[in-house]
Amino acid sequence: MVAPVEPRKIVIEPVTRIEGHGKVTILLDEERKVKQARLHIAEFRGFERYVRGRPYWEMPVLVQRLCGICPVSHHLCAAKAMDRVVGVDKLTPTAEKVRRLMHYGQMFQSHALHFFHLCSPDLLFGFDADPAIRNVIGVAKEHPDLAVQGVMMRKFGQEIIRITAGKKIHGTGAIPGGVNNNVSIEDRDFLLKDIEQMLEWARGALKLAKDYSVEHLEAVKTFGSFDSNHMCLVRADGAMDLYHGNLRAIDKDGNKILDQVAPQDYLEHIKEEVKSWSYMKFPFISKLGPEEGWYRVGPLARLNTCDFIDTPEAEAARKEFVLLTDGKPNNYTLAYHWARMIETLHSAEVIQQLLNDPDLQGEDLLLKGDRRPEGIAILEAPRGTLFHHYEVDENDQVQRCNLIVSTTNNNTPMNRAVEAVARDHLQGKEKITEGLLNHVEVAIRAYDPCLSCATHALGQMPLVIELTDSNGQVLDRREKGL
Amino acid sequence: MSKPKLATTSLAGCFGCHMSILDIDERILELIELVEFDKSPIDDKKRFTGEVDIGIIEGGCCNEENVHVLQDFRNHCKILIALGDCATMGGIPAMRNMVPLVECLEEAYLNGPTVHNPSRTIPNDPDIPLLLNRVVACHEVVKIDYFLPGCPPPAETIWQALTALLTGKPLELPYELIKYD
Repeated sequence: MVAPVEPRKIVIEPVTRIEGHGKVTILLDEERKVKQARLHIAEFRGFERYVRGRPYWEMPVLVQRLCGICPVSHHLCAAKAMDRVVGVDKLTPTAEKVRRLMHYGQMFQSHALHFFHLCSPDLLFGFDADPAIRNVIGVAKEHPDLAVQGVMMRKFGQEIIRITAGKKIHGTGAIPGGVNNNVSIEDRDFLLKDIEQMLEWARGALKLAKDYSVEHLEAVKTFGSFDSNHMCLVRADGAMDLYHGNLRAIDKDGNKILDQVAPQDYLEHIKEEVKSWSYMKFPFISKLGPEEGWYRVGPLARLNTCDFIDTPEAEAARKEFVLLTDGKPNNYTLAYHWARMIETLHSAEVIQQLLNDPDLQGEDLLLKGDRRPEGIAILEAPRGTLFHHYEVDENDQVQRCNLIVSTTNNNTPMNRAVEAVARDHLQGKEKITEGLLNHVEVAIRAYDPCLSCATHALGQMPLVIELTDSNGQVLDRREKGL
Repeated sequence: MSKPKLATTSLAGCFGCHMSILDIDERILELIELVEFDKSPIDDKKRFTGEVDIGIIEGGCCNEENVHVLQDFRNHCKILIALGDCATMGGIPAMRNMVPLVECLEEAYLNGPTVHNPSRTIPNDPDIPLLLNRVVACHEVVKIDYFLPGCPPPAETIWQALTALLTGKPLELPYELIKYD
């Protein structure tokens, strides 16, 4: 029998260092049961207020500075919103395809980086492996071929971004109404020479993620898992489309909550709750309310929500993926990895199609229409659905800005995952082990939150867990990577 | 002879500068051979193990926690590099210095069009750090030895600066590598 103890508060800080520092607190009651588990986002920027008064054409280059991990998402989403403001509803084929190439290039590099640099140490060595090898340097030593693959896949995506946006990070290619450059024959051929290799490596990575999930099926089903709604953009025919579409949301059983909601109508359907203990808000579907209306976004949600993928290899992989849950939505946190690698292969297929499309060399880059006072756009970023909303006055100055970023949409799900792992792996334990720390990390990491970009970049999250009694006396403390 | 030690952190930045470090691509494997990572997310060093040769700071300071981390870096690093425009001069986050902090908070948590906040709460829990009333550059808090400009600085700039410092050569970057975009 476990003797009653004083209530405890466990603090994990910082969980991360990008787009804000994160911190986890877990409260244990007298019986060492989890009373409360929270992921706090510790940073605040204030973008929405201080862009007021800036000229609208600055937004695609300014707002992307929110995040250096996937700046292309903000660059393109702001450009799409500003297309509306300059009265352009349909871009020229060249502009649309150059932007799509940029976007899928980013998807490819971001997913590859997350998988190889961040997650492969857990999958290759185990959650409880010696932390001395459970990192990207360990992967480079033990599996040098995989480490090189990760580096080269990321490099390929970054080269696509450089060619289409002008710079690998914080580029300038997309402008309101179109793009400022096409893709030259030389640049196209430079990328085409590597595409077969990239497809091959993407197939290999998918196999790795799939085999892992199948071999560890029981763990995958239970680890940090919970039922939820899912949301993403889909094309008019229900296909996955990461660049453009309408909103669809489904419940845990696959019933549609929203379907084909135009981005312009998002205000009627999405709200964000404010809580005192986090700078990150908690979005929900208005008609369901904050308790029932929260949802997941990102690769898992997209695989669950779309009807099909319109590239052959990724579609075959999707069919295999949905078999695991008999066609019902997959609610397993760890299944994000498998879903993410299906999207990586899909991105490589789309990149190949686009590179072979002569429209990339077209000369018609920019359109102009009648000015509108408002622009709203939605995009599927690597981490999920991204909303940009601007009001622009007759002097070309932004008067209002509202952003709901991908990781924010996953706020409640990440909190649920932390709570589930705390309950299953921490409850009743007297000592906190390094393995426990990593279990909490693994759950948060599955969502590839932008706030874990330190992890994202280099392989390990810095963490501190403190066990204190109700008087604030530290009973136990573990830290790493600080 | 032991390898030189390197530490990195991101404060009020976007992590684009860290991404630019990764943009040295294959040379990241060379870097792992060249240096030992200390107090960095790349390994499980819990704290500074002692004196570190080079510390790289991305981002300025927007909250109390940023200030503490920056001071800790200064106390442990022989050479401290401010990497990128935010570390050097506050960058885009310092745009909030043009408006009162309270207006930024009100826009985000009270007045935004999707905000649902019946109790009109502005986040204030002791578990999240206090914000500074203005965003400050790193040199306003501690002495900085080198500044590498750029948003972000190109990977080549970072590589040349690091290898020069690590091999004891003079740090003379060609004009083309000094960029402010």
